[in-house]
Amino acid sequence: MANKVLMKGNEAIAEAAIKAGCMHYFGYPITPQTEIAAYMAKKMPKIGGTFLQAESEIAAINMVYGVSAAGYRVMTSSSSPGISLKSEGLSYLAGADLPAVVINVQRGGPGLGGIQPSQSDYFQATRGGGHGDFHMIVLAPGSVQEMASLTVKGFELADKYRMTSMILADGTMGQMMEPVELDFEVAPAPNKPWATNGTKMQRKHNIVNSLSLIPEELEKFNFARYERYKQIEETEAMWEEYKVDDAEIIVTAYGIASRVTKNAVDEARKKGIKVGLIRPITVWPFPKKAYEKIVGKAKHIVCVELSMGQMIEDVKLSVECKVPVTLCNRAGGMIPSTEQVLAEIEKYAKGE
Amino acid sequence: MNELKRITIISGHYGSGKTNFAVNLAFNLKKDYDKVAVADLDIVNPYFRTKDSIEDFNSRNIRLISSEYAGSNVDIPALPQEMYAITDDKSYQMIVDVGGDDRGALALGRLTPKILEENDYDMLLVVNCYRPLTPDVNSTIEVAKEIETACKIKFTGVINNSNLGELTTGEDVLTSLSYAEEIAKALNVKVKYTTVKQSLYGELKDKIKNLYPMTLQKKI
Repeated sequence: MANKVLMKGNEAIAEAAIKAGCMHYFGYPITPQTEIAAYMAKKMPKIGGTFLQAESEIAAINMVYGVSAAGYRVMTSSSSPGISLKSEGLSYLAGADLPAVVINVQRGGPGLGGIQPSQSDYFQATRGGGHGDFHMIVLAPGSVQEMASLTVKGFELADKYRMTSMILADGTMGQMMEPVELDFEVAPAPNKPWATNGTKMQRKHNIVNSLSLIPEELEKFNFARYERYKQIEETEAMWEEYKVDDAEIIVTAYGIASRVTKNAVDEARKKGIKVGLIRPITVWPFPKKAYEKIVGKAKHIVCVELSMGQMIEDVKLSVECKVPVTLCNRAGGMIPSTEQVLAEIEKYAKGE
Repeated sequence: MNELKRITIISGHYGSGKTNFAVNLAFNLKKDYDKVAVADLDIVNPYFRTKDSIEDFNSRNIRLISSEYAGSNVDIPALPQEMYAITDDKSYQMIVDVGGDDRGALALGRLTPKILEENDYDMLLVVNCYRPLTPDVNSTIEVAKEIETACKIKFTGVINNSNLGELTTGEDVLTSLSYAEEIAKALNVKVKYTTVKQSLYGELKDKIKNLYPMTLQKKI
C-alpha cells in the first residue's frame, strides 16, 4: 500500500489537478464540493500557485477564461446551482476554443434543491452546458481513484482539443473516502501558439475572442468545431464492461449509481441470472459502441440513475430502440439501493 | 477505561476519523456506563455526521446531542440547542465530536470555561498519517496547535487512527506507530489507542499496545 493516501473524492480532484500542472484555481464555495476549494486554499500558496475565492461563480468562470487565454492550465469547481451560473462562461470558453477543466459535484435539484447527491445535471453537461452549438468533454468518475485520474485526463483532453473538460461527479463521490494512488504520468501541456502571453515583439498579436462579426465566418467556426467533435466521438469514448459477454439483461449506470448497480449484478449472478453492467466513463462522447454491440444479444436494458431519467435517452439512441430500455431511479438527493436494482433485474429476468 | 474522564473531546484534522472513533467509543462506553451521550459539534462538514448513526444510538439507548439540521438539506453551520448539556448535565459520560481543524474547534470554545472549571475531561487528537495534508509529524502538530489555539484546551492524548480504509494492512498500521508516538511526544502526552478494523485485530493485538478494534460506520 506504499504511496497510497486516504482521500475524499473532492481532495483527490484538487491534488490531481495540481499534479497535472494546474497552478491556478478560481472558485466559490458550495456544498458538496467545498473541499476542493479548501484544499486549493491550503495547498496553492505553498507551491506558488493561485487560489482565489471569487465574488461569485460567474466571476470565477471568467477568471478561468482569462488564465486559459494566457496559456495556462486552469480549473474551477462548483455544484449544480453554481454550474448554472457558470453556463454563460462555459459558452464563451467554447466560442473562443479555450481549454479548461470544470468540476460539477452534483446535488439534488432543480433550483437550490438540496445538498445530497444527484445525477440530474446530465442533460446540462452532455448537451453543451450553455447557449450555442457546442459540447464539453464530460468524464464521469466511479471511484475516488477515478476522481483523480479523470481530472488528469480532463486536462490532457482539454488541451488536445482546445475545449472544456467537465468532471461530472456527485455529492457521494465528492465526500466519500477511499485509498488513492497519485503517482501517475502526466503528459506535459502542449505548446499553445494561440495564447495571449506577450508578443515579445516577435510575432503578430494573438486574439482570443468569442464574438464573430461576420456570420459566414461564425458558421465556418461552428463547422470546424463539429469536425473536431466528430473525431472525439470516434476516438475518445471510454466505458467499462462488467460481466457483459453472456448477459441477457444489461444494467447501465455511471458514477455512484454504477457502484450500487455492480453490487446488484453480483447478487443477481449468484442467483444464476445472466446480467452485466455497462458503465460509461465518458458521457460525452457517449460510448455508443458499447451498446451497439449488445443489440441482438440482450433482451432488456435497465438504466439506473439518480435523476428522473436523463442518460436513458442516450442509451435508447445508441440501441436505436431495438432493445427495450427502462428506468430504475431515485431523485432529489436519494440513492437507489442494491435491493431496488436487484428487484428490477429479477423482474426482467423472469420476462415480466 | 478505569481512569476515564467524564468528558471525552475528540478533535483532529479534517477527515482524520473523529466521528467514526466517537461512535465506536460510545458503543463501548455504553457497556460500562448507564448514561452515555454523544454531542455532535461539527459545524464544518454537513455530509457525514454522527447523526448518520442515529438508529444505532437509539437502539443502544445512547443520547445524541445534535443539530436538528444535521443530515438534512439545511446547509448551515448550526450548533445543537442542547449543547449546554455537555457541561451542565453531569450525570452523563459525554463524548464530544468536534468538527475538523481549527474552524471546527472554534465551536467548542464557548464551553471551554466550564470544561476547564469541572476539570474532568480528556481532549484526544485523532491522527491519520495516510491523509494527504497530515502526512508527517510536523504538519499534524501544526494542525493540533491551531486547534488548541481555537478552543483554548490542550490535548491530553493521541488516537492513532492511521488507515487506508478497507485496504489497510497490518503493515500500514505498524508503519504508523512511530508517527503517532512522535506527535504524542511533541505534545507531551501519550498515544491512548491505536485503532484498527476488526479484521486486523487478531494479527496485531500482540504487537501493538492499547490496540482498539473499530467497525466502520459509513460504507457506500
